[in-house]
Parts: sequence; C-alpha cells; structure tokens
Amino acid sequence: MKKNIWVNLGFQAGALLVAMLVTTGILAAAGAPPFQAYWSMLKGAFGSWDSIVTILISWSPLLLTTAGVLITFSAGLWNIGVEGQMGVGAIFTTGMMLLLQDTSLPPALIIILGILAGIIGGALWAALAGALKVFGGVNEIFGGLGLNFVATALTIYLVFGPWARPGVASMSGTKPFERELWLPTLPGTSLSLWALGLSILAIAAVYLLLRGTHFGLRLKAVGKNPKAAFLLGVPTWQYSMFAFLLCGALAGLAGAIQVVGLRHNLLPNISNGYGFLGLLVAMLVNYQALWAAPVAFFFVALNTGSVQLQINYKMDSSFAGVLQSLLVLLVLLGEGARQRFLGTARKAEPSESEIRNKQVK
Amino acid sequence: MRKILAKIAFLSIAAILVLSACGGGGGSQLAPLGDEFTFGMILVGPHNDHGWTQAHYDAGLYVEQQIPGAKMIYLENVYSGSPAYPGTTTSQLAEQLVAQGAKLIIFNSDDMKDEATKFAQDHPDIYVIMASGDQVWADGNAYIAMENMTNIMGRMEYGKMIAGCTAALTSQTGKIGYLGPLINDETRRLASSAYLGAKYCWAQAGNDPAALEFKVTWIGFWFNIPGVTSDPTQVADDFFNSGYDVVISGIDTTEAITEAKKYSDAGTPVWAIPYDYQGACDTAPGVCLGVPYFNWGPAYAATIKTAQTGDWTSEFQWNGPDWANINNPDTSAVGFVKGAALGADASTQLDQFIADLAGGLNLWVGPINLQDGVVYLADGVIATDQQIWYLPQLLEGMEGQSVSE
Repeated sequence: MKKNIWVNLGFQAGALLVAMLVTTGILAAAGAPPFQAYWSMLKGAFGSWDSIVTILISWSPLLLTTAGVLITFSAGLWNIGVEGQMGVGAIFTTGMMLLLQDTSLPPALIIILGILAGIIGGALWAALAGALKVFGGVNEIFGGLGLNFVATALTIYLVFGPWARPGVASMSGTKPFERELWLPTLPGTSLSLWALGLSILAIAAVYLLLRGTHFGLRLKAVGKNPKAAFLLGVPTWQYSMFAFLLCGALAGLAGAIQVVGLRHNLLPNISNGYGFLGLLVAMLVNYQALWAAPVAFFFVALNTGSVQLQINYKMDSSFAGVLQSLLVLLVLLGEGARQRFLGTARKAEPSESEIRNKQVK
Repeated sequence: MRKILAKIAFLSIAAILVLSACGGGGGSQLAPLGDEFTFGMILVGPHNDHGWTQAHYDAGLYVEQQIPGAKMIYLENVYSGSPAYPGTTTSQLAEQLVAQGAKLIIFNSDDMKDEATKFAQDHPDIYVIMASGDQVWADGNAYIAMENMTNIMGRMEYGKMIAGCTAALTSQTGKIGYLGPLINDETRRLASSAYLGAKYCWAQAGNDPAALEFKVTWIGFWFNIPGVTSDPTQVADDFFNSGYDVVISGIDTTEAITEAKKYSDAGTPVWAIPYDYQGACDTAPGVCLGVPYFNWGPAYAATIKTAQTGDWTSEFQWNGPDWANINNPDTSAVGFVKGAALGADASTQLDQFIADLAGGLNLWVGPINLQDGVVYLADGVIATDQQIWYLPQLLEGMEGQSVSE
C-alpha cells in the first residue's frame, strides 16, 4: 500500500515535470525568458495585498463549483452543465434583488434573499439536467452542454431586453446595484469574507459528506456500480437527482456571489469559465475533496499571476489557461500510463454511466 | 484526515485575519508624478485592432515621446466577462498595473465606466483618466465628484458629420448603412451626427431629401464577441446585399471595410468608412472613402503633465478639432483622413463642407425632431452640449433602434 502511494506520487510528479517543461518551452518560444517569467508570475500573484485579495476573491467561486462537481463526480455524473447552473444562479439572484431593491426591506435581508434565490436557481437548472438524464435518458454531458447555451442565451436576452439599463443596449450588463446592496467587503478591497467563508464551508462540508457519512458512501456506491448499489437497496435515481441538486445549489451560490459580492450586476459570461475550471480541478485532484482547495487556490493564483506576462512580456494572458489544461491533460495521461504499466486503477474514478442508465430504466 | 482539514481551515482563517489587518489604509492625497513615472492603460480591445484601442495605444506612445520620463504599461482585451481574465474585474486589473508601479491609469472604454468609478474611489492616491466618460462632468447627468479623475473625449460629432457627408456624396443608391456598436448616449449621438452630415451634403448636392435612406444596425458591443453580439461581418453583408452601397462603421474594429472589399472585388460598387484609427483605411484602401479618427495623444500628454507637476484638477474635457488643420497631430483631438476611393468631385465638395464647419456651420440646430417625431430642437435653437451628449433617441429620418427593445 505504501509503495503504491509512492508510485502514484512519482507518476504525478513526472506529469508535473513534463507540464513545466512544456510551458517553459512555450514561454521561451513566445520570447519571454522563462525563469524571469515564472518569477514575475509569482510576484504578480503574491507580491501585493491587492493581488492576494484578487486570488482570494476568485478562489471562492472556484471552490464552490469544484465542491459541486465533486458531488456529481462521486455519483458517476459528468455535470458539464455547472457553468450554466452558475449563470442561472446569477440570474435568479439578480432577479430577486431587482424585485426587492426598491422595497423597504433591510439591505442585509435583500442580499440574503438574493443569495437564496441564486442557490435555488442553480439547483433548479441542475434538476433540469438531472431530469433529462434520469427520466429522459439524455446523457448529462449533452443535457448540460445544451442547458449551458440556454443559460447564456437567457442572460443575453435579459441584459439586452427586460433588464437593460435605461436607454442602453450593451453587453456591459445591467445597472449595478447600489452600494448598500453589495456584500460587505474588507475596507479598500473587493474581498468579501462572507463569500470566502461560505466557500470554505462548502468545500469542507462536501469533504465531510463524501468522507464520513452514509449518504456519501451510498452516493459513491451509486457512482461506482449503480447496478450493485440498486440491488443492495440504494435508491439510485433519487441519489443521482440529489447529487445534481446539491451541485446546482453550490454552483448557484457561486453565481449569486458573483452578483452580490463582485460584479454587482448581471452580465453575459458571468460564470466566466469557473464551472469548467472546477471540472479541471476535480479531475486533477482525482476527485479527492481534501486536495481541491489548494489546487483551486493554485489555479486562481496562476490566473492572477499570468496577467503579469502580458504586462511585462506582452504575452496573451490566456497562458494560464494553457498551463492549467496542460497540467490536467498530463496528469490524466500519467494516470493512463501508470494503469497501463502497473495495471491498477486509482480509487474514486467515476464509472461508466451507461450501466446505471439501463439500471434506472 | 479531519485534523488536517481542521488545521487547514484554521490556518486559512488565521491568514485571512492577518491579511485583513494588513489591508485597508489608503486615503492619502495625490502626489505629483515627478520626472520619472509609469502610467497604465486598460484597453478594451487588442492594442493593434486598427480601431478604437489602437488609437489609444498610439496615444500612449505619443505620451512616452512627449514626456521623456513616462513609461507605459498596459493590459488589453479588458471588458466585462472577458475570457482573457477569468473572474477578474476591470478595477482589479487596474490594481495589477498599480502593483507594477503605475501612478496614473487610463481606462479607455465606456464599458469600464462603473469599474473606473469604483477604482478611482477605492484609490484616491492614483490619477485616473476615463476616456469617453462623463462621471466628473459637473453639468452632466451622472456627476460624481472625484478629485483624482478626469474625463476626456473628442468631439467626434464633427468627424461623424464629415463621414456622413462623404457617404452621401459617394452613394449611388442613396442608401447609407451605419454599423452601430451598442446603444447608449454616445452611440446615438455619433450615429445621429453622421446622419446630419449625410442629410446636409445629400441636399447640398441637389438630391431629393426624401430619397436618402439611413439605417443603423447595432451589434450589441464595441466589437464582435462570438455568441454574444451580432456578427458585424454579417451585418455589413446584409447592408451590401440589400442595396446599401456605403457603410459607415461605428464599431471598434474593421469589419465594414473588410466586407466592402470583398463585395467590391466581386464587382459590386460599394464603399466603407471605418472609424477611430488614423490608419484604418490601410486595411483596404480601394474601398475606403476616408476615416474619422481620434487623436488622444495631445490631451493625454497635456493632462498627464498636470499630474506630473502637481497642477492636476479633475475635469471633463470634450476636445474639438483644430479647425486650422484638423489633422494636426499635436493640436487636433479629432481628424478625418480622406481615403483613396473618394472621387475627385466628392473630395472637392468635402473640402468645402469641412471649411464650412470650420467657419461655424452647425448642423445641431433646429428644427430637429427625435425619431418618434417629438420636437427636440425647435427652429433655430442651437443644441447645448448636454442635448448633444445625452441624445435620448436617434433622429427623425433615421431607421433603426433608438433604445433597447
């Protein structure tokens, strides 16, 4: 068992090394001296209070989407729709706040109701993907992808149509809410400890849920072998639906936080790729909640640090995305190689969903 | 495992508390920039877009040239929800430039208005120039007092009138298309100015006023964002396919002129008038009638010099052309470069029109009705700056959306 851990670590370190080599090559090819570039990224990420704040701000939505997909992954579901679920969460939050902003309700209550609406919105959107899957036999990947497009279209419609600023039609978004309807932040920054706290709480809860509860155990049983789980008396489709609902709720919360904590309005692409990034993080940590938080932190630090590449070396800031995707790809490749040479699979892999599909019907 | 988790949670909370204790502060006053300083630009598009953003970028280079100790750093493709900076707001990106030593930040797009305000309020010690905005216009509709912010805009109404005139003098079908960006005060004002210029020159050339068609189609943003905005290439094609033979661009990028070239190469006589950037005709000189452009350099240099010496005051600048020579790179805030496709006769008439404008011809004089027929300026009434800046609708005679529907 011990030896296995070391072999695993070896393969992952190897993948990391190859990823570093490739990105170093890319940096050099783009004309940036690699070590200086890495150094400037590091400084860009951690060199100032503002940049650390930026990392912490971006960390919360990523923690939430990652926490969400960890649940659906455990149930053997590829919830690609998490991006749209975050978007619909943002829509519901905005809708609720628009509804209440002119009432005499205290701002704190409006914010709380707005966040709750976002959670419900995300959960509903996920339930839709879940229902398509469980009752309609539509693979959740296709259902989720389709619903992502619908969520984007809905946002664009609202931003340009009913919720447009008076006299304006621009994808810049709806009119920002008054400052009293912003989540309180640390003085002089956009960092909301509420947002951060909720996200850390969420990932910790998901860790405990998957790790130490009956529910988590059954969920994983459904994910690994739905047929066996079903025969052993686990209500499989209910568990699948519940996984979708929980994931959607977390994604919805992420969307809500974007609205009340950061953007203060609704704009197209408010989910900003956090859903997909959450999927990447979950894959990279092999669906282990414990590692999700630091890896998510590393990813947002990369995003923040890579901005320096553009400032200092005129490189496209999407370099961070390249590095992140490469990492995931190579770690998965490394895992494939390990399985090929050592013939064992790691734990917690999501299983073939087709089997369960048949089971459900 | 749970212990580890508890430790991590404890450490992160402790870290947050420590960080929050270090943060805050601020409130210091604006200090003169001195001889050597860095200024940052937040650019909405790519710095080489041959349009709006390049005009700003070139102005930054002009500042570096005019003020020897000035150094520019910039970030491009910054707009709400830009995939280039996932989850990062515009004001956070400006903070990144500050972390690199910038003491003055230029926000170059209307899209950044709210974020520029937020940034200026959060960082009272950093100078902010917000191009095309009206936040610190004391007589404007959106005034917010901010000592550290100055708004700069060019009086592009003139450039657009000249563009409209050029289009009217060239069009054979009498159908002029306006490729509009998003809908707001600025874009209504500029599209309408183009229309006023077109209408005037169309009539001056002895044509039937009723035969002029002027249609605006908006794409929803300053440039194409696939899946979000309408595709400007498609919009330009639609114009050319339905008999509009001149398309005036109001967007940041060059689709109108690129598509005009395509149609022209295929034998359809069409032309385009790009926008924003002095060199925009270079994309396709054969179909380019000319380009109204911004010359941000002189105003940026002059304003930054005041920050250098401690003479900075928050102000709203709406800078016009230098009528002695609208293409003077050191004095004129807006200009118009004629394109190779402009005919000789039209060129002569255009020169006359520009001379008339220089001599005091004002097209923003009543009678002017709004698109819905309501009188905006009664006969002989001259529009105030506010009436031009905050034009609530397109004008009567123009086809296209005035506001969001």
